[in-house]
Amino acid sequence: MPQDRKTGQGAIPENNGAADVQDIEIQLLLEAVYLRYGYDFRNYSRAHLRRRVNYRLKIDGLQTVSELQSKILWSRDAFNTLLQDFSINVTEMFRDPEFYRTFREKVVPILSTYPHLKIWHAGCSTGEEVYSLAILLSEENLLNRTQVYATDFNKKVLEVAKEGIFQAKHFEAFGENYKQAGGKFQLSDYYTARYGSVKFDQSLARRIVFADHNLATDNVFAEVHLIFCRNVLIYFDKKLQSRVIGLFSGSLIPGGFLCLGTKESLRFTGKEDEFHVVDDTFRIYKKKTQPFG
Amino acid sequence: MIEAVVIGASFGGLQATRSILTSLPAGFSVPVIIVLHVGPHSISLFIETLNEHTPFRVTEAADHELLLPRTVYFAPPNYHLLVENREMLTLSTEEKVNFSRPSIDVLFETAAWAFGPRVAGVLLTGANNDGAYGLKCIGDAGGITIVEDPETAQVPVMPEAAVKLFTPGYILPLAGIGPLLGRVAAGG
Repeated sequence: MPQDRKTGQGAIPENNGAADVQDIEIQLLLEAVYLRYGYDFRNYSRAHLRRRVNYRLKIDGLQTVSELQSKILWSRDAFNTLLQDFSINVTEMFRDPEFYRTFREKVVPILSTYPHLKIWHAGCSTGEEVYSLAILLSEENLLNRTQVYATDFNKKVLEVAKEGIFQAKHFEAFGENYKQAGGKFQLSDYYTARYGSVKFDQSLARRIVFADHNLATDNVFAEVHLIFCRNVLIYFDKKLQSRVIGLFSGSLIPGGFLCLGTKESLRFTGKEDEFHVVDDTFRIYKKKTQPFG
Repeated sequence: MIEAVVIGASFGGLQATRSILTSLPAGFSVPVIIVLHVGPHSISLFIETLNEHTPFRVTEAADHELLLPRTVYFAPPNYHLLVENREMLTLSTEEKVNFSRPSIDVLFETAAWAFGPRVAGVLLTGANNDGAYGLKCIGDAGGITIVEDPETAQVPVMPEAAVKLFTPGYILPLAGIGPLLGRVAAGG
């Protein structure tokens, strides 16, 4: 191999070499996190995690990921902080309003034919989308016969979601989304606002169970009619996407619906054959009755 | 040789990016990845127009979008766009950066990680500070940094922020940027 005379480090330019070292460090960090705490981020988008790791280095005044790794191996508190960094802690109500309109048109009529409904909201984060779905179901007279399982790997965000208390400052935009999503009343009919916070009506949460579930390592826990998993797959590599869609396929009843984010798809999962496309623009799929029919 | 071009623009960015894409030399084949601040508005009409008026395939990036020659990728509104590695783009719905989603800093910083010195970053007109830090990251990794001349930019704030933060490789009026990209893509 040709040697670079100045550095003796081979032909890799110096800065690029440094960049590659951080890439190695992050791989080792993810391995350490998995071995020590059982949380598996090894198949997450690397660019995303690297941004989060660099954010943590800056806040903690650390020079290298290796220093952070040592800290995390020896301190559960340090790990819990990193877990929050790795988790997506911001969501919106009625994100992509047109998706919700399409959902009302194409999915709700079929859901209405079932006497009982079970719904899995996977990767629910702080719950804004779960409450959006609960409001929609209530307006379509479906909520009182529905059980929603809202899951996330991050217990902290689940606590926030369970409380149903959110910062009021975003609710003007959320109210706008609600209207565009085909909302039948006013979003403010569903919450009380006080001291810069809003609290959702408890009747919405009564049908929701918030539970700890990790898409990377846990298994199917119920048979459901509908799965909501929007803007979660974008953080996973193809291998983990395939695992997760496998879980969803195993959890859905034949004819059950799967709703992904508008920029996500099944095309990397090798499981396209198991679903019909209900709406291509808004990524609504339906589990086939026969696996390959 | 560069493997990709990344471009960031804010206020006035539709015209500016259009001007660059139409002034690239025939045969330009390096993938171009663009973050425009357009708020929550759809850019599909703009993308349609570019497909008609440029020789490139112009598209909104989807999840795990593969980087291909002769293709221009725009960040979808309300998503960050990241370079995952030399072959692929990814998206994120994380919190806004510099009050922006998509954020130019996010695209530029991850482009610097993925491509090291083999990328050119272009920062255009705009009324905020997004992109300056990211462009510096590209420069620090040995990549090519190009800033639209604040004197002639529609809004100078964004290019000025970059010039204050570090010394970019090139400061050029809009008309000079396309031809320069043509030369660096050809290895000149």
